[in-house]
Amino acid sequence: MSEWTTTRANPLVDPALHVWGWEIPVYLFLGGLVAGMMAISGWFLFADRHRRTDSVAHLLPGLGLALLSLGMLALFLDLEHRACAWRLYTTFQPASPMSWGAWILLLVYPALAAAALLGLTPALRRRLPALAGLADRLRADARRVRAVAAANLALGGLLGIYTGVLLSTLAARPLWNSALLGPLFLVSGLSSAAALVHLVARDRAESELLARADNRFLLVELAILALYLAGLVTSTRVHAEAAALLLGGPWTAVFWTGVVGLGIVLPLAVQTLAVAHRIRHTAVAPLLVLGGGVLLRIVFVYAGQASRWPPA
Amino acid sequence: MARFGMVIDTVRCVGCMDCVAACAVENDVPAGLCRDWITTETSGTFPALRTEIRSERCNHCDRPPCVTCCPTGASHVEPLGRVVLVAKEKCIGCKACLASCPYDARFIHPEGYADKCTFCLHRVTRGLDPACVAVCPTRCMHFGDLDDPSSEVSRLLRERPHHALLPEAGTGPRIFYLT
Repeated sequence: MSEWTTTRANPLVDPALHVWGWEIPVYLFLGGLVAGMMAISGWFLFADRHRRTDSVAHLLPGLGLALLSLGMLALFLDLEHRACAWRLYTTFQPASPMSWGAWILLLVYPALAAAALLGLTPALRRRLPALAGLADRLRADARRVRAVAAANLALGGLLGIYTGVLLSTLAARPLWNSALLGPLFLVSGLSSAAALVHLVARDRAESELLARADNRFLLVELAILALYLAGLVTSTRVHAEAAALLLGGPWTAVFWTGVVGLGIVLPLAVQTLAVAHRIRHTAVAPLLVLGGGVLLRIVFVYAGQASRWPPA
Repeated sequence: MARFGMVIDTVRCVGCMDCVAACAVENDVPAGLCRDWITTETSGTFPALRTEIRSERCNHCDRPPCVTCCPTGASHVEPLGRVVLVAKEKCIGCKACLASCPYDARFIHPEGYADKCTFCLHRVTRGLDPACVAVCPTRCMHFGDLDDPSSEVSRLLRERPHHALLPEAGTGPRIFYLT
């Protein structure tokens, strides 16, 4: 038995680490959502859906730009030394996932902007003739369209994985210390984006297509979560204690009820019935998926900070 | 190249906190924050109890996770003594280094940058000991080059039983406690 006292009482660190508040889960969710939107945009561009006026392909890249900017704003608000934020772009630190993320985000913007240009709606084309000319030149060459599609797919994948890797490399917090966090956050981002398309698509076939895809993403997410927990529980004592935060500890109820129950299992059941045409498609399932995506990041960011190595 | 480290005799340490006060004054550490602190650990089962009093700080690890996770290179290993430092003008205050440290040795300075023990490198370059070592009334703290076999710290580690904090975290801490 060991009893431990300290004179240290540094803010943000004691009695337990709490350096990241609401801004980081918001950023991680929006980053993951936009990653999924880019992947779907890329897929739609390959499928030539941007030429159809009723396709959601017109909406995704522009909305992605707006949501990513919101996420970046949340990230900026979290910084303690905001005047130095430009320093991120004076160097590349290959061992730092945050440095990778900063540069990936810089590439994501032009890729999204190019996809937005390809999906320019007729109304916007009339209002912005200069952009319409640029869009026509881009559309005229199939190789350029394929390059924009590939860039959106690849950068979407990188962005989605990076949001998980960012946490998983911080080995001092055992709950984050799993290589499965990258794939988990990626598939959660894909699922959220599919849910968003399911929610906003005007074309019923497109909505149903993404609902079917979302069901697969949700199944994969469940499988990764199970593997992740199994990995922690069967690892070292500190990792098993970290997993206990979600398996009987203070984050158990919100994780199992909110993230797994309401965020994955229930919408999966509802969408399975909907795509089988046993019930109508409603906004309930996609809204639950989006809420579950937010909650997943909240639980992981807060519970992860509560997990730690023993004092000595 | 030197590899600075510290050896602290827990048999002699009385937890007087002179090291904490000296650090705060020497480094102008803002009130309510600390770069070093006293930990008291009591282990065993009554009546066979053992208490260890330790003066703790950044471990200036051989494999510092705070340096690898830093996105701007603000956290770096100084060539002199391989001391882990923060270039405050480069730090954006993202707090990844705080989250990456298994010792929770860092904090955010009110000016917004990550701050921590520097081994008083500004004193060491003038041939002086770090402030905490210099003021210790029981002379329980020793500072020197761990790679120099003739240094006092190397001799103490050869002659006395000792341990480091959380060696299982794999960061290679360079502060050792004599028992």
